Amino acid sequence: MTQPRCPRHPGLVPGSTVRLAQSQEAPTTRKRLSGPRNKSGVTVFVGFAVLAVSPVSAQTTAPARYANTQLADPAREAEAKSLMEQVRCLTCEGQSVADSDADMAGDMRALIRERIEGGESAGQVRQWLIDRYGDQITYDPPMSALSAPLWLAPLALLAIGILVARRSFRRRRP
Amino acid sequence: MKRQLILWVPFAVFVGVAILVASALFAPADRTVKSKLIGQPLPEFALDPMIEGKPGLATQAFATGRPRLLNIFASWCVPCIAEAPHLMALKEAGATIDAIAIRDEPDAVAAFLVRHGDPYRAIGDDAERRVQLNLGSAGVPETFVIDGQGRIVMQHIGDIRAEDVPEILAALEAAE
Repeated sequence: MTQPRCPRHPGLVPGSTVRLAQSQEAPTTRKRLSGPRNKSGVTVFVGFAVLAVSPVSAQTTAPARYANTQLADPAREAEAKSLMEQVRCLTCEGQSVADSDADMAGDMRALIRERIEGGESAGQVRQWLIDRYGDQITYDPPMSALSAPLWLAPLALLAIGILVARRSFRRRRP
Repeated sequence: MKRQLILWVPFAVFVGVAILVASALFAPADRTVKSKLIGQPLPEFALDPMIEGKPGLATQAFATGRPRLLNIFASWCVPCIAEAPHLMALKEAGATIDAIAIRDEPDAVAAFLVRHGDPYRAIGDDAERRVQLNLGSAGVPETFVIDGQGRIVMQHIGDIRAEDVPEILAALEAAE
């Protein structure tokens, strides 16, 4: 079996969802790839499906129990999910751990689910992560000396604007 | 006269903001996520041995009165190969190096050590990154300098290069 070319996003490979069932006949269909029947493009798609179905072998060990398994309690799972969506994946910039296929993100999802299953609130788990990685770990950083100007500047500018407007309106009236 | 000066205020503010934005834009971005535990005691953990013939790793091993290194590595990690000779150099310079292997398997680790050298006193098996996350470590490889009381005094992110060796030795000495 060939190594998967695009192990991270098998769903994006053309035909991978539609033609999964045909992947069993991999040896015969793959042979046809170089044959003259390629014009329709169908056999090529089957070839991609074979690539996508082959196991992801980048990591040597199995994913953590809760990396890709939901919690049994829907309320707890919803709480965990909402936290996962605002926790930054550390190895893949710009993605949350809910979005990422990186194994580190899987381990972080497992950690979040396990702690929430163990009775912690999403807020406590979030604080646990912030204590270790700092505010960068969340896409919804808490107010700090560094982020306060972001929130306060618009209010300050608005106040200045109102003051300026009031003064200039007042001046026009005799 | 005073009014004229006030007219310049918005322009001065604009220039100030422009300078701030430009300096932030052109400064090289530091995207490393550092652990917030530097200066704090090592979190409690106890890891099983990763390979036969080498002990596992627990927090107690670090409060022995002598500073030591905690290296986070994996046999599947390419920069760890680049780092291996420099860890050997650190070991030869007298450093004690303990390790945590991330998401790894005994055979793979044993083969890695045969091929790239074995600077480690002990290797703990962190299959699901629990200890790594508890340490605030954001990837492999990373190296922590731990002082004799078991406190984290320094974190080196990424592979150790030849030029980093003196700095790490200095940190070990300072932690003495």
